[in-house]
Amino acid sequence: MKWIRVAHVHDIPLREGRAVEVLGREIALFNLGDRFVAVENRCPHRGGPLSDGIVSGGMVVCPLHSWKVCLSTGAVNKPQAEACVETYPTRIEDGVVLVQVDPAGPAGYGNQLTMTAMPQTSGPNEAQMSNAVAL
Amino acid sequence: MTERLTVVGNGMAGVACVDEILKHGPKFEITIFGDETQVNYNRILLSSVLAGEKEEDDITLNGLDWYEQRGIGLRLGVRIVDVDARAKTVLGDDGSVTVFDKLLLATGSAPFMPLIKGADKQGVFTFRTLDDTRKLIEIARSGRKAVVIGGGLLGLEAARGLQARGCDVTVVHLMDTLMNAQLDSTGGVYLKERMESLGVRVLTGKRTQAFLGNGTVEGVKFSDGETLSAKIVVIAAGIIPNVELGRKAGLKVNRGIVVNDHMETSDPDIFAVGECVEHRGAVYGLVAPLLEQGKVLAATITGNKGPRYEGTIPASKLKIMGVDVFSAGRVTETEKCEIVRYEDPSLGVYKRLMVKDGKLEGVVLVGDAGDSHRYADWLRSGADLSSRRRSLLFPEPGADRGLDVAAMPDHETVCGCMGVTKAAVIAAIHGKGVNTLTQLKECTRASTGCGSCAHLCEQILKAVAPGFEEDQKKALCTCLPFTQENLRDIIRSQRLTSVQQILEIYGNGHGCEVCKPALSYLVDVIWCGEHEEDRSARFINDRVHANIQRDGTFSVVPRIRGGVTSPDELRRIADVAEKYHVPMVKITGSQRIDLLGVKKSDLPKVWADLGMPSGQAYTKGVRMVKTCVGTDFCRFGTQDSTSAGIELERRLEHLYTPHKVKMAAVGCPRNCAEATVKDIGLIGQEGSWQVVVGGAAGKKVRKADLLITAETTEEALEAAEIFFQYYRENANYLERTYDFIERLGIEKVRKQTVYAPEPARKALLDRLRKSKALAQDAWLERENPVHPTQFVNIQPMEAVIV
Repeated sequence: MKWIRVAHVHDIPLREGRAVEVLGREIALFNLGDRFVAVENRCPHRGGPLSDGIVSGGMVVCPLHSWKVCLSTGAVNKPQAEACVETYPTRIEDGVVLVQVDPAGPAGYGNQLTMTAMPQTSGPNEAQMSNAVAL
Repeated sequence: MTERLTVVGNGMAGVACVDEILKHGPKFEITIFGDETQVNYNRILLSSVLAGEKEEDDITLNGLDWYEQRGIGLRLGVRIVDVDARAKTVLGDDGSVTVFDKLLLATGSAPFMPLIKGADKQGVFTFRTLDDTRKLIEIARSGRKAVVIGGGLLGLEAARGLQARGCDVTVVHLMDTLMNAQLDSTGGVYLKERMESLGVRVLTGKRTQAFLGNGTVEGVKFSDGETLSAKIVVIAAGIIPNVELGRKAGLKVNRGIVVNDHMETSDPDIFAVGECVEHRGAVYGLVAPLLEQGKVLAATITGNKGPRYEGTIPASKLKIMGVDVFSAGRVTETEKCEIVRYEDPSLGVYKRLMVKDGKLEGVVLVGDAGDSHRYADWLRSGADLSSRRRSLLFPEPGADRGLDVAAMPDHETVCGCMGVTKAAVIAAIHGKGVNTLTQLKECTRASTGCGSCAHLCEQILKAVAPGFEEDQKKALCTCLPFTQENLRDIIRSQRLTSVQQILEIYGNGHGCEVCKPALSYLVDVIWCGEHEEDRSARFINDRVHANIQRDGTFSVVPRIRGGVTSPDELRRIADVAEKYHVPMVKITGSQRIDLLGVKKSDLPKVWADLGMPSGQAYTKGVRMVKTCVGTDFCRFGTQDSTSAGIELERRLEHLYTPHKVKMAAVGCPRNCAEATVKDIGLIGQEGSWQVVVGGAAGKKVRKADLLITAETTEEALEAAEIFFQYYRENANYLERTYDFIERLGIEKVRKQTVYAPEPARKALLDRLRKSKALAQDAWLERENPVHPTQFVNIQPMEAVIV
């Protein structure tokens, strides 16, 4: 396991996320005010960029179809699904956020195998989906 | 033989009392006389009718069928002028003589007319009946000067109503303190400031001497020699009980007809109820006491004498949107009482409790009356407050601003106007299967008075009723238990300018993807762009001003006003598409060019190379205005729709709206740019424009409604702007114009926009212009990003060698 210095604390605005690529993994790093959290930047539903989601307490809402992912455990909270994303420990040192990554770990992503249970239709919330549709 | 009960007075007291009497079974043959020609209506809502917030029909309490079904003889428009107590008859002004066995006097009160010279001039009104209200509505015009004599509850409500109709209003009050019967002097100052911030001028400590003018009122003269011009004068200087019939019947009369605790007068066959009675020296001009009196009287008159009326602690609430005032109990200080006070001048909030021997004696709330029911309950129950001293002025920790209905004691009053307790609401739910607020209103009358307890009623229904259904209005989301309408009031009155503030004070502290964008919109529109922008509360599209696609890339739609472009622009678009390897260039259904598949980090460069403003295709905002070629080239065009469309777009672009706003302008009724299915459409015809609104051609198809026919292009554009701003201010977030219009009805929309009084229209335009002045092309953030990493993917600070 390796601690990697990824960003200044100021690089990530309060209650927002940013994508950062570390050792071939795309990680979504969030500033929750009292702590920074890092999860794999890929929604288990359709691969949406979680770093672009709205933070809701300790969760992030995927911008594509509003799946909710818990930022501490990586578990999908809504819809009730067994999928989850990988989470990474973080710490702060001299105003710099460090993320712990296993250099030898899987370059791929979290628990994709559990995705078999996923619905194949569009997301859970039509109204929210319209957010993403412009025409 | 059934006894004959004759009721004089068809107002709230008389009819409510009859309703109570009927609950004891059919004991009487009932005749009700009313000198107004109306069925029983809710007098306390007349100010809402004057303000245009309610229609006449909305305030009817008992329709004609109510009387018919109960076999009650109703004699409207007949004034009883004499009572013969010995012969047991009443004489009507139509010459009719009616015999009674029992007589109920519910004659109410009349406006008090102070001695002012010239009060008989035309243009001087009182404000007591529906008829008075109609006359005022008739004469109220925008810009017309109105003076209201009297700064009590009624005077202030009348002032606000006239102002809502466009009048230029001044309130003149004899005393130094507004609502001096209900407020202390500091409370009066807070109220005065509040009224003045709404644009109502307030003069206190001013004695009116005469009304000037020749036959018709032209002005008001004060005892200090000053004058004020006025076309309308409303006298609201108080009320005096109508006791004349009581005197004629030989009853004991002081200020009012004297009654005892059983509501009996000095004559065993004559009873009195409501504003015309005096009980233990007190005369009431409020709704709650007369309902309590009615219940007791009903028991007594039907031979079930027993219950006693022991007086009511007066409580009153000002019913003016945005001016919260509540007062209950004693106002003037007594010996050994303690005053507990809180004030915040910048929020305009003032709370003053009077406590004596650990009990609440009186309460005054200005600017925030959210806790009024809690105080009213303490007053009624005489609760011991010694253990609550630290939380007197604020909800107890965890009590969630009094919304926690489970913790509310059963005996606590939910509806102060109608005297309905929590227990009564629950009984209705369980006993009568009540599931909606409408049913609850029918069953218990709760929330049919001033209506301020509707939210509380809903909370109880929600908690208790198994099949609870919300009446149309829905809370924004579970993070924040308020409707968007409530939230607008809260944001405005509490001067909240950031999403996080609102969530922390009124919500669960963190919000979600549903409420955060909605609140972002609300603070923007309410403060005309002078809010604290918080991008973390915005959907990603509004953080980076592009539309996120399924693969996480974005689409870019440059603004091409009216769909009119140039070879140079087209060349730049083509160059950008090549330079950034844009996978798809698409002409959309709305005359737009869409560049799909752009990386977030390329957005600022793409915008710079395009050199065109944002087309707002990614947001709830102003889309490009679709136009036909109008008069320049088309053989059939009758109006220059291209220029009109471009101008419309310029006036509204870069603003945000509850949902996207699609517009079109066409030069003739052939409608080539499909203006009849747009949110706003301009349809040119020979010599005029039709401005249409609320069209749709999406999931559902709806033909737009005609808003107005305008003679000039400028008038048409202005009508569109007025509607646009009205929609911005009143629609729910994510509510399209067609849903908005169906919810409100096009007539109401027309009345409140293009047919509104001039000041109201001007105010809408002013706020639109103010917002517009602060709005800028979002794509300029390419040069001044709101955050250094707004568009970038962060690179780790160290290279890692595996």
